[in-house]
Amino acid sequence: MKLYLLSLLACLCTQLAWAQPTVQKRYQTQLIMADNGSTIDLDAGTFTFTGSLSLQDKKRIVIRGKGIDKTILSFKGQTDGAEGLRVSNAEDIVIENLTVQDSKGDGIKTMNVKGITFRNVKVEWTGAPKAENGGYGLYPVQCDNVVIDGCTAIGASDAGIYVGQSRGIVVKNSKAYHNVAGIEIENSRNADVFDNEAYENTGGILVFDLPDLVQKQGGNVRVFNNYVHDNNFPNFAPAGNIVASVSDGTGLMILAANNVEVFNNRFIHNQTLGTAIISYLLTERPITDKAYYPFATGISIHDNVYERNAGPVSQRGRYNKLFSQVLKPGQDVPHIIYDGIADPNTLDKDGKLQADKRICIRNNKNQSFVNLDAGRGFQHVSFNTTPFDCQLEPIKTSVSNNR
Amino acid sequence: MRTCLVWGVLLSIGWLMLGSWQTVTIPEKLSDYGFFKDKLADQQPADGVVPYALNTPLFSDYAEKLRFVKLPAGQSVAYNDTAILDFPVGTTLIKTFYYPNDFRNPDKGRRLIETRLLIHQSEGWKALDYVWNEDQTDALLEVAGDTKTVSYIDANGQFQQHPFVIPNLNQCKGCHNRAEVMTPIGPSVRQLNGDLTYGDKRPENQLRHWQRTGILTGLPALEKCPKTPVWNKPETGSINDRARAWLDINCAHCHNPKGPAMTSGLNLNYSEKDPTAFGIQKTPVAAGRGSGGRTYDIVPGKPDESILIYRLESTDPGEMMPELGRKTVHRESLVLLKEWIKAMK
Repeated sequence: MKLYLLSLLACLCTQLAWAQPTVQKRYQTQLIMADNGSTIDLDAGTFTFTGSLSLQDKKRIVIRGKGIDKTILSFKGQTDGAEGLRVSNAEDIVIENLTVQDSKGDGIKTMNVKGITFRNVKVEWTGAPKAENGGYGLYPVQCDNVVIDGCTAIGASDAGIYVGQSRGIVVKNSKAYHNVAGIEIENSRNADVFDNEAYENTGGILVFDLPDLVQKQGGNVRVFNNYVHDNNFPNFAPAGNIVASVSDGTGLMILAANNVEVFNNRFIHNQTLGTAIISYLLTERPITDKAYYPFATGISIHDNVYERNAGPVSQRGRYNKLFSQVLKPGQDVPHIIYDGIADPNTLDKDGKLQADKRICIRNNKNQSFVNLDAGRGFQHVSFNTTPFDCQLEPIKTSVSNNR
Repeated sequence: MRTCLVWGVLLSIGWLMLGSWQTVTIPEKLSDYGFFKDKLADQQPADGVVPYALNTPLFSDYAEKLRFVKLPAGQSVAYNDTAILDFPVGTTLIKTFYYPNDFRNPDKGRRLIETRLLIHQSEGWKALDYVWNEDQTDALLEVAGDTKTVSYIDANGQFQQHPFVIPNLNQCKGCHNRAEVMTPIGPSVRQLNGDLTYGDKRPENQLRHWQRTGILTGLPALEKCPKTPVWNKPETGSINDRARAWLDINCAHCHNPKGPAMTSGLNLNYSEKDPTAFGIQKTPVAAGRGSGGRTYDIVPGKPDESILIYRLESTDPGEMMPELGRKTVHRESLVLLKEWIKAMK
């Protein structure tokens, strides 16, 4: 009997090429061989990989390190593969207690995963932030039930924490700094972003809907209890990417997204603007996607705190030039900016938005506001909040994953 | 003793359930399969193993490839003119990667690197990879991938040396992926519709050969069969047709509506008709620095402002396309693609 087991083990070992005992092969083999339901424990220490690690077609796997900055997977000098760790076509995956460093492309990409939790995970590009850094730090895309909890993202040349084309999302207790965008929710539905700190990015938090993607029309996003401060970092995104047009000094930007509720946040020392609500039309990029809806509608900004130092806004970035045209010399850019571009099909005969499509701005500390009226060539720039003093139904997200 | 037996049985069952490729029945050596007769490195197909070629194949760092298909005895595949052929369970697709020592002179010998198998089992296609030993006597199963350095004299007489990446089993699915199902990429009717020399005989159209030997059924008249142009033979198609054919086989395994790159919204299928979907004036989504500072995937008339060209010219793993399987730049196809974009209005 013993002999039988031993021979089985022997077969297994020769098959797995244990003979080449590099860590990369060992961990990659473990990821390929993992049984559903198993835990892959990573040792403490810094491990250097020349290629991506990948997990696919598995269920209920935990990839667990010994802690942030204790288990470090370094991809410095990576020669193969476009991300550090990649998980695809899987269910109920947990990645926790580890750091991924200096991958050539994205840090951790998870695609097509039903149930993905990142817990106590740091993704960073070491050294000064630069355009050569990878695009996204944590990058779940086309996933269901995404939880990002207690994570940190540093140095991404696009977004540190990026959730794209996904459904059912919680981003909480996390930090993002020295990224172009700190936290970005893009073309995603039902997201709660709360108790996070986004600081020293170009833009703190972005809620975007973009054309030409598989999942259209994100929305139902709540952004609350976040501390979004000092996001004045010069934009270092490679040109061409949409975030390259985000002005430094941006706290929160909502672009073409629908049903977004922003409340109880502190937007502090974001020198250009605290919160912007803009349409994709303002980007002046062509739209050929017929199913795309370029307007921001159903936006509620209430009970937030705005503060910043006196002084001029950053002169970098395309939108800042715009302010110089619509503001009097010396006039501060208001904390909250709406481009005023509304869908003509949703206006009633008095030119007002339908009730559930309104932009509502109420009860924010230090509230100041401008409607740029960009749709009509900035002719009627208005600082009057009265038309926007309303309350939308609170958004209920249907996030069920609370692991 | 009884407990021991029960445990033994349980363990065996558990072992078999680990997944069929993990069982002890997976051959460790390529020679165990009996695909080839005589000396294995000569790659002379055994009976029932049929060589084939594609009109426009995937670029893999200038590696040459030998392709074979083996259907289960007595079985055949039905003609269809749109998708990859639906080979029966039991089929194996065999692909050996090699470098001639001197591309100008095949008589100077060659070095076999790896042989990849796609085996159609009842639960779906399985990928396996066998890496050739130094002596070129056999190839051994490799799960976790590897990197080898290859060197050769190229078609221009230049000495070349570069790393060649042997994929791990997960990476196989990085390309062979339709809606998360492992799928062959190459053997479609339009790719097979061309001549091949079988043994010492005269060249014969592959579809006709397959029909004659009984492995393809339902073949209509040859002139009714679609045909992918050969990317570098102008007599086989217009610049547009050849460029689209090249993008189809090199990119569309990911960049299709059911592939891993569906998140980008860029679809490089040969059949895609929406200009934005195949890149014209399309903005990037998650290209990161792969955009190279350029604004659109394809800018008509301006190849050097097009992201698509930038990503094909790069060998940086964070920028280049395809993401895997490339360490060098395919200079010749770039000429074609640049001409294609330049001619666009």
